[in-house]
Amino acid sequence: MLAAPERLRPVRRTRTTNARRRESFTAFGMATPAVVLLIVFLVVPVALAFTLAFTDARLVSPTPARFVGLRNFTLLFQDPTFYKSLRNTAYFAAVVVPLQAGLALVLALLVNAKVRGVNFFRTVYFLPVVTSMVVVSLLWTFLYREDGLVNHVLSALTFGHVQGPDWLGDPATAMPAIILMSVWQGVGFHMIIWLAGLQTIPAELYEAADLDGATRRHRFLHVTWPGLRATRTFVLVTITIAALSLFTQIRVMTQGGPLDSTTTVVYQAVHSGYDQQQTAYAAAVSLIFFVLVLSVSLVQRFLTREKD
Amino acid sequence: MLFRTRRLAAASVAVTAATALVAGCTSGSASTSGASGDTLTLWTHNAGNSVELDVVKKIIKDFNGSQDKYKVKLQAFPQSDYNNSVVAAASARKLPCLLDVDGPNVANWAWGGYLDPIDVAGSEVPVLSQLASTVGRYNDKLYAFGFYDVSLAYFARKSVLNANGVRVPTMDKPWTKDEFNAALAKLKKSGKFEYPLEMGTGGTGEWWSYGYSPQLQSFGGDLIDRGDYKTASGTLDGENAVEWATWFHSLVAKGYMAKKSGADPNKDFLAGKSAIQWDGSWNAAKNAEKLGDDLAIIPPVDFGDGPKIGGASWQWGMSSTCSNKAGAQAWLKFSRQTKYFVDYAKATSTIPATEAAAQQIADYQPGGKFDVLVDFARKYAMVRPATPAYPYISTEFEKASKDILAGADPKDALGRAAKSIDNNLKTNNYYSD
Repeated sequence: MLAAPERLRPVRRTRTTNARRRESFTAFGMATPAVVLLIVFLVVPVALAFTLAFTDARLVSPTPARFVGLRNFTLLFQDPTFYKSLRNTAYFAAVVVPLQAGLALVLALLVNAKVRGVNFFRTVYFLPVVTSMVVVSLLWTFLYREDGLVNHVLSALTFGHVQGPDWLGDPATAMPAIILMSVWQGVGFHMIIWLAGLQTIPAELYEAADLDGATRRHRFLHVTWPGLRATRTFVLVTITIAALSLFTQIRVMTQGGPLDSTTTVVYQAVHSGYDQQQTAYAAAVSLIFFVLVLSVSLVQRFLTREKD
Repeated sequence: MLFRTRRLAAASVAVTAATALVAGCTSGSASTSGASGDTLTLWTHNAGNSVELDVVKKIIKDFNGSQDKYKVKLQAFPQSDYNNSVVAAASARKLPCLLDVDGPNVANWAWGGYLDPIDVAGSEVPVLSQLASTVGRYNDKLYAFGFYDVSLAYFARKSVLNANGVRVPTMDKPWTKDEFNAALAKLKKSGKFEYPLEMGTGGTGEWWSYGYSPQLQSFGGDLIDRGDYKTASGTLDGENAVEWATWFHSLVAKGYMAKKSGADPNKDFLAGKSAIQWDGSWNAAKNAEKLGDDLAIIPPVDFGDGPKIGGASWQWGMSSTCSNKAGAQAWLKFSRQTKYFVDYAKATSTIPATEAAAQQIADYQPGGKFDVLVDFARKYAMVRPATPAYPYISTEFEKASKDILAGADPKDALGRAAKSIDNNLKTNNYYSD
């Protein structure tokens, strides 16, 4: 009687173990290409940047890099431009994240209607996203000129009372101008994501809400918003990361802007590393940037964690 | 089960192959550096610039046809990407055998080990007969030579100047600072020009150092102390430099010059949007064609230390990793023929580097339309500092100038640039490696 279960179990265990081992082997085999690419193109460069930041490597150099300890970081923390770029990056992120996410949600709610022609609007709102940021920046540089289209429209709308400024030439308006353009370019992408989230909310919930006599505001607050929790996290994280890495627009439009009003951390890294050939200094900037983005992401993960 | 194993095996093979491919790509082929056997590669920045590119192609064709041993292959890059491509190739140890280099970068690339000294003794045109600014030397060794130089000048319409009571200056009596300011005031008052002076402030990159540092030098300032090239403080942020910066900003403050000019300043000038344009001599022929006798080629303003212009343009050199240096030297020697100096100057409308060549071009002969530009190049040219730190100095000066135009305090802006340059020189051990 005691022997029977023991006889059965060994057979089952071998089969399960074999199958599971083969499964995990297959899984490992399938993950390997992605893991290899990740290691080669992400982990290795980050590790290299970490070590470069402590040397005196230059882009053009007759001698190999030497270890210099914390000198790059000392120089970095004494550089007023670095603090300005931190401030500008934080300003940009703080404005763009709620603005772009909010605007995208509004647009998504609008195009979620089952009306004829709604696909046309979805396409039109998404078009700026598929246009290269460099092209968009070049076009908007012309639009923002003192005699450009934006000022013409402004003047026409206010019957000549308001004369627009030189948007990109005035330190006070350069960053807001770039914020506006960046939001215009990126809002379509997040609109699509919000839309996907909206469409996962079961229609029965809305019917039940209508039956209970909910107003539009109640519907939004108590059905839509809670149903978008997962989408919310995703949108928040992606917009923040994209906002913190602001570079292309600055490079094309203002090159750090009038009186450092539009320089950002990534732009400083590229400018000092590539234009000025100070690769180790740029690596130090990137290292600081990495730490910043990591801490912001961790804070966001903590705030948006599952509270159960 | 057998099927699953076969699928797994196939997947593993694919993964291994992919990894091997990636590994193979990263190791690269270190064998060819700029030449495979007797076929040498040549890089030039002239893609899109068909006039100059055609001359390069002609020299290559003649060289390939003149002997059986070496063949030169051309690869052209757009100018805006050229320096980056060379730096990237150098990092990958894949520089071509022959390449052209912008004059002020010769010291940096020579110090960085990109270029090797060249020996062109025995070529038709001796090096000493060229304009000094067209020869690239570093540490007293010859690294590169150019076929032409460019000058800077003010272009204006004689009719406009006369109509507004502005004297047309000559080299014997150039404009002084006060005269120039008065002239701009008169032109602005006439109401015909929103911005009477056009200096290309919409550009980016090397134009800022090339176009505006001569004016800084005319005030008595400079980018760096040329005694030992070890400090910029005291020179870039000295009294004379601050004077220049104050004057430079005043042009924008008084409405004489746009803070950011249009995309094509020369076009705007020819269309009559500005009265006086500070431009390179490469546009002289175009201006003469459009304005004919009404064109005035005006020497730079004497701000106190004499009129000054920049010097040194694109020059040709040989890379240090060239696997066929004999072939590279042969091409360099071959290209030094007067007829090619003439071809370059004619095609690009620039100043030929030798007298012999200048005599064959009508416009640049004494009495010719543009011979005054040759005189400018000979009398006023001051090369940009020949130091490996030049790329850094140039970017810092560009930023300081832009900030000054945008309204920053001149002493602060220049002081910050000078301090930054000093720090860079110190941390790089004064580029003496």
